[in-house]
Amino acid sequence: MTKTNHINQENFIIEPAGDAAIVVRYGNEIEYSVHRKVQMLSNYLTQNSFKGFIECIPSYTSLTVFYDPLLVEEKSHAYKVGKMVSPYKNVRSIIEDMLTNLKDEEIETHRTVEIPVCYGGECGPDLEFVAKQNNLTTDEVISLHSGGEYLVYMLGFAPGFPFLGGMSEKIATPRRSTPRTSIPAGSVGIAGKQTGVYPISTPGGWQLIGQTPLSLFLSEKEPPSLLQAGDIVKFYPISYNDFLEWKEGNK
Amino acid sequence: MSITTLRSGLLTTIQDLGRYGYQKYGVIVSGAMDSYSLRIANLLVGNSKEEAALEITLMGPTLLVEKDMLIAITGGDLSPTIEGVSVPLWRPVFVKKGSKLQFGAQKSGCRTYLAVAGGFAVQRMMKSKSTYLRAEIGGYQGRAIQEGDVLETNPISEGAFSQIEKLKNKQYKGAFLTTNWSVRWNEFLPLTKNPNIRVLPGAQFEQFTANSKQQFFTQSFRVSPQSDRMGYRLSGPSIELEEKLEMLSEAVAHGTIQIPPDGNPIILLADRQTTGGYPKIGQVATVDLPVVAQVMPGQSLSFTEITLEKAERLYLEREKSLKQLAVSINYKLKQ
Repeated sequence: MTKTNHINQENFIIEPAGDAAIVVRYGNEIEYSVHRKVQMLSNYLTQNSFKGFIECIPSYTSLTVFYDPLLVEEKSHAYKVGKMVSPYKNVRSIIEDMLTNLKDEEIETHRTVEIPVCYGGECGPDLEFVAKQNNLTTDEVISLHSGGEYLVYMLGFAPGFPFLGGMSEKIATPRRSTPRTSIPAGSVGIAGKQTGVYPISTPGGWQLIGQTPLSLFLSEKEPPSLLQAGDIVKFYPISYNDFLEWKEGNK
Repeated sequence: MSITTLRSGLLTTIQDLGRYGYQKYGVIVSGAMDSYSLRIANLLVGNSKEEAALEITLMGPTLLVEKDMLIAITGGDLSPTIEGVSVPLWRPVFVKKGSKLQFGAQKSGCRTYLAVAGGFAVQRMMKSKSTYLRAEIGGYQGRAIQEGDVLETNPISEGAFSQIEKLKNKQYKGAFLTTNWSVRWNEFLPLTKNPNIRVLPGAQFEQFTANSKQQFFTQSFRVSPQSDRMGYRLSGPSIELEEKLEMLSEAVAHGTIQIPPDGNPIILLADRQTTGGYPKIGQVATVDLPVVAQVMPGQSLSFTEITLEKAERLYLEREKSLKQLAVSINYKLKQ
């Protein structure tokens, strides 16, 4: 995707999330237009942060902004003339100003990240189950999964774990009834209508259809995550030999 | 040689004020559960408040101090002793080379902070020394302290140096010496048996039943043994929604109280996930987070509603007292 859009920052509500965070909400639906608004505000805030800004976390429909109330307070005009004002009210008005100014900003283009996946076998012990469940062959599952374009809506649950949108419902499969106690890093799984990749080894209940030799979480890199919210992900199949060689090369 | 671990405790990790700026990549904050005790421990040994210290949980380790050192112990009282002699908390302590530091019975709180002058010489990972256990990064090799680990320390500040010189000039026979002054800690960490925690209404507060909302603020809740640095699981009256709520995951914070389908509240703490999908009934006021951190599994706590304005005022006042405290300690150290 290379086109640029104009996005109007409309239909939001702003509310406190405790005494040191504030949330900007755009409804309750997973929608591409909502995602773009969240992303735009997130990028803008990160590049034009205010005194006391700590960080912000984008999600499907909202952006939560964390701040240090003391630094915000000390920066305010009221504080300088000896009065105490609400740090929340200060941050709220800063964000409201930003949203007004954001109206005609052009948004960045998406980055596309291609992720190699060795499907089935040892790498994807549940591939056959997913195929059976959906009356498909394993090749059809692979072609549907690797044929899609996925949008990274947000990261969470584990470092570098992407919440992807856009999987074909033809391969949707419920979670395993008993979660596995340990899933290897790089495992590509399906849970209901979602698909994703486990960046680090954790317990989990997703149906594992493959594994990527790529590292999604690299603590020594900046940023430490291969993917970022707003990225487009494409999976492509590789052979088990390629997978092993790739892994060797990573070491 | 600095400090050698002779026996590991239950859970001892290196923590600072946390790893910020990476939550949008799914990287959790970690950091000290009780940030006031951590900050004060650092101030007492002449460190910056952001320095890392040992967070010691319930059953402490046995440590061999292998060089003359200035330390401070704050937080919960886990009966620290040096060569068998009880060590007072909340003040600088000069420890003689070759002394053994041990922890004993839990008297109050459940987390103790041990700061050393200069701080621990471990690498910063993503701008923090905090241990992130699940991703195995930060702190000491990304894990809890074990028997045989050797913790090196950094060069000390001018304040710590002059305090050591001053303490050394006193006549003493034992393994350690302390100042005749200490921090009035109760102002920062009011430890009571069943603390009352002040809570702001959460984003979905209005969507719980009237009865649940009332019970949430009047009944007490027991902290279950399955509680850890990630969160405290509570049991008490079951908290119910008016009607089932389908929620999308969104950001959570330190002290967010969420209600999973079983109706038992969970308070999210230092090692919380960055995002969560359960309805949020409340948010612990920042000033009360250290008090929550010191509640032992098995103990109870209760909640009172607080307004945003009040929570903010308490926060600002507390931070200003901490700033004043930092100035006074610094003056005392150099005096």
